[in-house]
Amino acid sequence: MAGEGTASAALPSVEDALALGLTRAEYELVCAKQGGPPNVLELAMYSLLWSEHCAYKHSKALLRTLPTEGAHVVMGPGENAGAVDVGGGLVCAFKVESHNHPSAVEPFQGAATGVGGILRDIFAIGARPIAVLDSLRFGEPGGERVRYLLDGAVAGIGHYGNSIGVPTVGGEVYFEAPYEQNCLVNAMALGLARREGLVRSAAAGPGNVVVLFGAATGRDGIGGASVLASAELSADGEMRPTVQVGDPFEEKKLLECSLELLERGLIVSLQDLGAAGLTSSASEMASKGAVGIDIDVARVPLREPGMEPFEVMVSESQERMLCVVEPANVDAVMELCEKWEVGGTAIGTVTDSARMRVLCDGELVGDMPVSALVDDCPLYELQPRKPQQPIYTPPPPTAGLTLQTPPREILLAILSSPNMSSRRPLFEQYDAIVQSRTVRRPDQADAAVLALPDGGALAVSIDGNGRRVAADPYRGTMAAVLECAANLACVGAEPLGTTNNLNFGNPEKPHIAWQLSESVRGLGEACRALDAPIVGGNVSLYNEGAAGPIYPTPVIGMVGRLPDARRAGRLGFQRAGDEVALAGPFGPSLAASELAKLLGQALPDGLAEFDIAAVCAAQRAVREAVRAGALSSAHDIAEGGLALALAECCLAGDLGAEVELGGDFREAISPVAAGPGSVSPASTLASALFGEGPGGFLVSGGAGALEALAGRVPLRRIGAVGGVALRIAAAGETLTLTLAELNKASSSLGELFR
Amino acid sequence: MRFGVLQFPGSCDDLDALAAARRVGDAQLLWHRERDLRGADAIVVPGGFSYGDYLRAGAIARFSPAMESVIAFAAEGGLVLGICNGFQVLCEARLLPGALLGNANLRFTFRQVELEVVQGETAFTGACDAGARLSIPAKHAWGRYYAPAQALAAMEQAGQVLLRYAPGENFNGSVNDIAGVRNEAGNVFGLMPHPEHAVEELIGGSTDGLKIFESMRLAVEGARA
Repeated sequence: MAGEGTASAALPSVEDALALGLTRAEYELVCAKQGGPPNVLELAMYSLLWSEHCAYKHSKALLRTLPTEGAHVVMGPGENAGAVDVGGGLVCAFKVESHNHPSAVEPFQGAATGVGGILRDIFAIGARPIAVLDSLRFGEPGGERVRYLLDGAVAGIGHYGNSIGVPTVGGEVYFEAPYEQNCLVNAMALGLARREGLVRSAAAGPGNVVVLFGAATGRDGIGGASVLASAELSADGEMRPTVQVGDPFEEKKLLECSLELLERGLIVSLQDLGAAGLTSSASEMASKGAVGIDIDVARVPLREPGMEPFEVMVSESQERMLCVVEPANVDAVMELCEKWEVGGTAIGTVTDSARMRVLCDGELVGDMPVSALVDDCPLYELQPRKPQQPIYTPPPPTAGLTLQTPPREILLAILSSPNMSSRRPLFEQYDAIVQSRTVRRPDQADAAVLALPDGGALAVSIDGNGRRVAADPYRGTMAAVLECAANLACVGAEPLGTTNNLNFGNPEKPHIAWQLSESVRGLGEACRALDAPIVGGNVSLYNEGAAGPIYPTPVIGMVGRLPDARRAGRLGFQRAGDEVALAGPFGPSLAASELAKLLGQALPDGLAEFDIAAVCAAQRAVREAVRAGALSSAHDIAEGGLALALAECCLAGDLGAEVELGGDFREAISPVAAGPGSVSPASTLASALFGEGPGGFLVSGGAGALEALAGRVPLRRIGAVGGVALRIAAAGETLTLTLAELNKASSSLGELFR
Repeated sequence: MRFGVLQFPGSCDDLDALAAARRVGDAQLLWHRERDLRGADAIVVPGGFSYGDYLRAGAIARFSPAMESVIAFAAEGGLVLGICNGFQVLCEARLLPGALLGNANLRFTFRQVELEVVQGETAFTGACDAGARLSIPAKHAWGRYYAPAQALAAMEQAGQVLLRYAPGENFNGSVNDIAGVRNEAGNVFGLMPHPEHAVEELIGGSTDGLKIFESMRLAVEGARA
């Protein structure tokens, strides 16, 4: 049937290797490993496994510097997902992954299959997926293309998550010009498993049977890993055939079937088929188990006839899993596959040859050492160099907006800006409550909270402000990690572990290499300070087009635990009469802030220093106050500064507040000036109201509770909850906005979905 | 009192419905390929995407072996509750009048909605007072209830509309703000909002949905007594 392209056909040339993304030197190394030039199938497999996407050849050395061990870590990087102990014999598996380039080409399917892929990673280790979060970046929402991408990506995420019955509990979206050509779609998933129910992907036991189950294999997504994920994006449209199409119903059956196979102890190991399809999953299973695998491509159920062996091996058709089964259990496995109506087929065997051998109807069509495929891809040292000139063009200024604009108008401008307005038009398109675990839905708290059977709860947050990382890759990344932890603190959760997706431009360019290495340095340092080790993640490089690179965007996902779900914190004001306080070592600055963006300011060279130990101490104090049930609300002060945080607390609680910042306020919270030459009364007031920086919390509660908190952390009472308006008096100016006015300004994003 | 909760391969809210039913009685899952309803006193057809619903929501599920038994069970007067996709399945099976069309905003929408109890003394709302309000979440893309004018007038006349969206809450564009309807005989009921997701204060902040399950228990036990 598929007789061509076998070992006997004409061998591909070095030009073919270059076209598949290998370098000349890499091709020569492949020849050396193979003892001669590879055939078409072998070259295709090497080109995928030696791509940046699979081999991490530009990032592996950096990733090795990250902390990966800790008291709660059960499974670290290297498996399909990481896992942390959450008590009661349960572990939480989680991971974030990107589907950027597919989404830029076809947003609906790109985002949908991104969700499908990360869910498979979770159940591949034996955990039932319990939540999805997403992190999205698009260009400025003026043009049709951004609307098309946003609408498609949101609909795609919803389509997959809603249909498969996993709640989408949180996420974030930012709009910045550098993402115009290269949007980012990162999806994170969490799963729950009994600790002893976790399974690894290492194949074991020569003589055992390799079973492929799930959807049939077609020509979709051929070469996705090498062509799409590991090169800069070129002209629109022509890459569409490399994007896969998702089927959440098929995956729902695959998920239930996989978990039942594991529960009944019928399989030895399990692996999902993602990027590079069978090539990657079979080779990695063999590599981890230090065994060989023979696969006969003629046995793989196909969606269309006449597929070449190499096409079968590299197809990225979705909703497929691979497992290793002892011969005695094969019949039982097939029976379960029949129950769930997912085709199950024995396609190969585990061998002791340490070779990946591909057969077609018994005839050998490819033969490679497993170690050469998986371990021997050359690693490249980055050549980082800090750029001498700014990389990014300043954003266009907002008409009529200056530092002299009345603070009321500035607050409205920030609140109605695409980055800061309510995310409700997005999260309303997602089912946030299926599985009956969601204690805090989007907009109710800084982090999503999911109940655990023992009365405790998981909390999860995802974050990553690319603009601040662009201004200072090291401190900006630390701030992103600290922000996730602050979100967890606001619901009363202590961090257990972290996942990350490093979205960067072309690492072969020195300034991108600098962004990447500085960012990873900050990531490691912050995770160490928080004792929230990295348990898994993903790297997405080459995110740039003709207009330049994206903002460097490390997306951080953090999972924590709180002992009592009933005491999960809330973001909105709860009770008229409560006192409002600013807590923590907050040193706001306008540098790289949302206001600076709206004013059209260029990115500064570096962010202000901060004391990471003091920030962590403030987080601990807030966390403990929330856990004690002492506070009515807790909210992390982030983009838009104190004034925006106040507006958000009012909106979420549907209650106003009276705030008086006092004459000495500016000095008391030591705002950092916007930049050289810009120190003026207006800019210091703006810094105090709209400046950003880590360490600040806005809390409300009874006088006694705030008194107690003040004993542990710098705290300043600034007002009281009540009424139907937010009133802020500062430096002789008073700003008043009714709840209705705040609501109207905040609902601007809805326009994009009309 | 024993509930049977149908389970299709694409059911999503099956375990949620099972847990909600277990708060008021005994409950077990019934696999879609099985015809045996295993002695259930009442059936719940849960939410989700039964067989993927790529054709039309519920269009294939109504032909499943389990649904054939449910149709016979309903004909004999057995209580059947359809939630969301289950409501769509019951309409496809002609156990309930009308049809569910795409939401007016053309999008999947998740929202906590306020419902008004129109009829209080039925097998599905017996634990509620007429005119009472229920806070229950809704989440669907195809939830716009529709029935032709004449059929609608007859249904209204016969008191078959049990739940309406409160003023301002009808986000999907349902005709007459209808959120839930029963059949003529009064033993089959479908609604788009999810009562099984409003059974615990901790998760969702409302226990109003429990009243639907509690009403069914009262009806079954009342009939038995």
